Amino acid sequence: MAASIAIHLEFGGGAELLFNGVKKHHVTLPSQSEPWDMKQLLVWIQRNLLKERPELFVQGDSVRPGILVLINDADWELMGELDYQLQDQDNVVFISTLHGG
Amino acid sequence: MAALLLFVSVSKKCVKCKEAPAALVIRAGDAYCRLCFKDFFIHKFKAVLGKNRIIFPGEKVLLAVSGGPSSCSMLRQVQEGLSQKANKKLRFVPGVAFIDEGAAIGQSVEERQRTVAELQAVFQATGFPFYILPLEQVLDLPASVVATNPSPSEQPASAYKAAVHHFVETDGSNFPRPQEPKKTLLPRVQESHTLMLQQLLGSVKTLTAREELLNTLRQHLLVHTARTEGYSKLMLGDSCTRLAVKLLTSISLGRGAQLAQDTGFSDSRYGDIILVRPMRDYSAKEVAYYNHLFTVPYVVIPSVDTKTVDKASIQRLTESFVTKLQTDFPSTVSTIYRTSEKLQTACRKRSGADGCDRCLLCLCSLDTAVEAASAFQATLISDQLSGSKCLRGSAAETPRPEPGRPESPPLTAQCCSSAEGRGCGRAGSDGGCCSSAKLPETTRLKSLLCYSCALTVRDMSTVNHLPQYILSEAQRRQRRSQMREEISDFLLDDGDEGN
Repeated sequence: MAASIAIHLEFGGGAELLFNGVKKHHVTLPSQSEPWDMKQLLVWIQRNLLKERPELFVQGDSVRPGILVLINDADWELMGELDYQLQDQDNVVFISTLHGG
Repeated sequence: MAALLLFVSVSKKCVKCKEAPAALVIRAGDAYCRLCFKDFFIHKFKAVLGKNRIIFPGEKVLLAVSGGPSSCSMLRQVQEGLSQKANKKLRFVPGVAFIDEGAAIGQSVEERQRTVAELQAVFQATGFPFYILPLEQVLDLPASVVATNPSPSEQPASAYKAAVHHFVETDGSNFPRPQEPKKTLLPRVQESHTLMLQQLLGSVKTLTAREELLNTLRQHLLVHTARTEGYSKLMLGDSCTRLAVKLLTSISLGRGAQLAQDTGFSDSRYGDIILVRPMRDYSAKEVAYYNHLFTVPYVVIPSVDTKTVDKASIQRLTESFVTKLQTDFPSTVSTIYRTSEKLQTACRKRSGADGCDRCLLCLCSLDTAVEAASAFQATLISDQLSGSKCLRGSAAETPRPEPGRPESPPLTAQCCSSAEGRGCGRAGSDGGCCSSAKLPETTRLKSLLCYSCALTVRDMSTVNHLPQYILSEAQRRQRRSQMREEISDFLLDDGDEGN
């Protein structure tokens, strides 16, 4: 049984346009039996935060190519990408490196 | 499998200092820690300028900042490089130019002012002189922008070293000091101009052509500003990723002949103003990470293709293709980039020194003067067959007939008495003698354009909304070309026309 965890989300580089222009979000993920991982976080974001055009943010299981993901200021490629298990007070940043949103 | 992956990545150390934990993966597998990344980033900027030795000490350089991450990062690098405490200080005198394109995306005046105010704060913090240019100013540009200017004489490599040496000796006291930023009032834009600009962009039927046209107009405005304010170099902030996309896009758009200039480090098509791309070694990921870590301020401004679908334009499609490929094959962008470095412009010495052999819009050498059996001729013929009913149009569409060229087809124009259909141009009226007056002007213009610019113009419903400087320069060139033809029998060839 994992307790609910607080996560700080940030969107930049144009990704915030999909979230009503709001760059910083402080969210609390509800408690559940398994620990939260990035894959589940993306699903949660898509369901609860994403305001429009999901295909510009998510592609399949992962983020759309061109969106840089940083977990606690480190490249998520070094943290296991989608399999990284979130911890309380983690800081996750999504920066779009593309033109169009 | 996942556990193994986790084990490997968590224990990854920086490949450079081998001590600190890695923070970012650059290229294919090189992981750097934060401090090594910072050094690497800063060093690359100075290295690319130093290696190319094109910016002389004390020179005035205009930085084109769009507000986006790459150009703002470039601005920060220039700031850092010029600061007193930097070792191997940069030595030029910068200015900043920002083009407000709110009209192109239909922003309201308040929205535009808000964006401009945000950026103005950023520019003021740098202390450099800056220029806020509404895109509407392209409507007032002089025709000299698209006329070719003589390039500065080629400086030998030794001149650079001597200049640096001299600068260091005199302690830089002879060279112009960075000016005090003058109080720039936000320029007021006439609503009629905004409407005219929107009309121009509205006359372009495809997003691809609209983006190309915007690109061209943007460049003209920047070059003009650089000229009038006394800058001799223009720095553009295109990143490696952006240029890789641009390279593939250019090939799709028929700009293969101009690839070296469009994507290379330096671009001297404008003659006296040289375009420089110092950010071309940085991938978009590196720029984004640096901006985040070191809080480089930038402003996200929507452009004409923001939130469009992948297939909205060739540019968007290519960008989507490259970024998707990059995720699975992290060396995609660098491979394209390395290929672009090997490109060179084939120098063709043309006898026309009066600038008639350059494209009217993009100012690159015309690539349309080719032999009868080429693919280009085939497209022209199919155009003629499927296109206008006015044969006079086709006479203008063939490559500019040159003296002594046997194969330039002397198609007799049916609706105009003079053998050369452009005789109408002399009277000053545009296409007045042909009943279907719409088409001939476009086709007349096309003979002055390179292949891809001609394609862009073809996607426009009318060329009449083009800014005055383009239309008047087009008329001037046509008149000259016509005059040249008339006296061609009396001209002395200088040998390379097969005399």
